[in-house]
Amino acid sequence: MSALPAGLSPSAAPASGPAAADGRAPAPLVDLTDVAKYFDVSAPWLNRVLERQGRRLLHAVDGVTFQIHAGETLALVGESGCGKSTIARLIVGLYAPTRGMIRFDGQDTSILRAAAGRTLRRRLQMIFQDPYASLNPRWTVGDIVAEPIRAHELIQDKAAVLDRAGELLSHVGLAAADREKYPHQFSGGQRQRISIARALASNPEFLVCDEPTSALDVSVQAQVLNLMKDLQRELKLTYLFISHNLAVVHHIADRVGVMYLGRIVELADKRTIFGAPQHPYTRMLLDAVPDLNMTGKSRTPVAGEVPNPLNPPSGCTFHPRCPHANERCKTEIPLLKQAPAGGEVACHAIEERRI
Amino acid sequence: MASVRILGRFQDAWDSDVAHSFRNSPITIVAAIALAICLIAAGFAPWLAPHNPFDLKTLNLLDALTPPAWIQGGKAMFPLGTDDQGRDLLSAIMFGSRVSLVVGLVSVFFAMLIGVSLGLLAGYAGGKTEAFIMRVADVQLSFPAILIALLISGVARAAFPGEAQDQLAIVVLVIAISLANWVQYARTVRGSTLVEKNKEYVQAARVIGIHPVAIMFKHVLPNALGPVLVLATINIATAIITEATLSFLGVGVPPTEPSLGTLIRVGNDFMFSGEWWVTVFPGSALVVMVLSVNLLGDWLRDALNPKLR
Repeated sequence: MSALPAGLSPSAAPASGPAAADGRAPAPLVDLTDVAKYFDVSAPWLNRVLERQGRRLLHAVDGVTFQIHAGETLALVGESGCGKSTIARLIVGLYAPTRGMIRFDGQDTSILRAAAGRTLRRRLQMIFQDPYASLNPRWTVGDIVAEPIRAHELIQDKAAVLDRAGELLSHVGLAAADREKYPHQFSGGQRQRISIARALASNPEFLVCDEPTSALDVSVQAQVLNLMKDLQRELKLTYLFISHNLAVVHHIADRVGVMYLGRIVELADKRTIFGAPQHPYTRMLLDAVPDLNMTGKSRTPVAGEVPNPLNPPSGCTFHPRCPHANERCKTEIPLLKQAPAGGEVACHAIEERRI
Repeated sequence: MASVRILGRFQDAWDSDVAHSFRNSPITIVAAIALAICLIAAGFAPWLAPHNPFDLKTLNLLDALTPPAWIQGGKAMFPLGTDDQGRDLLSAIMFGSRVSLVVGLVSVFFAMLIGVSLGLLAGYAGGKTEAFIMRVADVQLSFPAILIALLISGVARAAFPGEAQDQLAIVVLVIAISLANWVQYARTVRGSTLVEKNKEYVQAARVIGIHPVAIMFKHVLPNALGPVLVLATINIATAIITEATLSFLGVGVPPTEPSLGTLIRVGNDFMFSGEWWVTVFPGSALVVMVLSVNLLGDWLRDALNPKLR
């Protein structure tokens, strides 16, 4: 039922892609090619010289390639420290990639960090994880929401800027009069709505959502997720949604990328990932999810721990935890390839049809 | 029309959160009144003081060490008694507070200006800029204020003729105390900046595309300034005391124009021979001044923090 390759799945590409007019397959809105980000976590120079240590590089993201098409929601899932948030920050330009290329609507996003990137800046925005840290505590909510409008000079008239801020607030389910208040007067869910209003203020096409609901109560999570889905439909937004919560991902995503230690191990549409997971790591993750129907049955716990990204295992980084690993897995890095059951999988065992 | 608008402005100010928290804090009101009295007494000293303590012709050595008016032997014309030169203490305190307040406020202002800018830059820019600024601060910290003041005073003495030196004394003091104190501000602000700049609201501003300088001043600085305000109020007191020390060493204000610190120091010599008033009254004036500034600073910090409103 879900054998279509990723990127061509029906939910993935509603016809409104920016380059859809020429009749060919629509060009992706966001395009990552072999993107890597290494962090230098070496000791200070003097310690390195005295203790005869080399430089230590943390491979947060190590060669990631994927595309996001206009109008879809791509979710990235994985355990803590697998590089999900680093990818989010790379795409919005908070980090510069060590290697590889990130394109937004065909443009290299390295200009985001220069003055020339201003127009591109307006088109992609980010929603952060912690609603208590992502709003300046000394600014009124009106000023917070109006900041992108003022920064990009979208509206000149001062009163109109405030009107627009109020309009955005009522759009996300708050009152326009909340402009006068300060962030601490709101609950976590309300603050996340303010965050969303701010992200929408510059009329972006693409939102990077870095675990936007993981700091919220379960009841509030659903409200915020539904708000995000409504906004997506209404404003034709494209989302990159980062989460470690598989239930949330199941609710919001069209396609899902599973990350392990800085690499994508499986990328497929939602039904394939949740219905017929292929990579041993994806299976392990899904097996660990508690299920009401399975009450009493024994579940396979997630065995082992994520290895240290400072010293990742050779070959396939998952091989120390993988029940199907052989000699080839220990030496050769598997590449993301079309899988027989749909989607893309990076696994030697699947390629060799051992599983 | 205009008067209505001014009245409206006043009404707005009266109704604002800050004014409200002021009205509900009796300690703050007392501190504000005490500081206002000090400021008025110091500011209008030439018109309010019963004598001019700088006019040596009016001093009479026979009046030296007269006790306060309410004690036996006191004279009504010297309400708080006189010092060893026969100077009226009340007038000397009023004139002395001028020097102390000017040196304290101005030097703290300049120290803050230098320290906050450099600390903010170091914390936000990081890397080599930070390393350079903070190493300079470390070097600076190894020179005590007195040494810097002696150095600057020595240079000033060599550069300017004798008469100009007395006029420049206060300027030299202010420069010396500012240079000795900026490091504290730089370190405090750098510390808070390092914390604030990694918070998500700063990253959000970067994603929006705000210029780094604007982020530094509009986002980071207001959130990093809390500890600085408290430090500044404490430092006004320290600056006044440093000024007294420097005056004692002969690099401060000339003894013909005594500051509060000088009066305390001179009075200290008479403390144990029974003439307690020479040091106790200037000392009390200093305590009242410093304490009210500190209390107001504490209140201001809480009143401006939206989380505590």
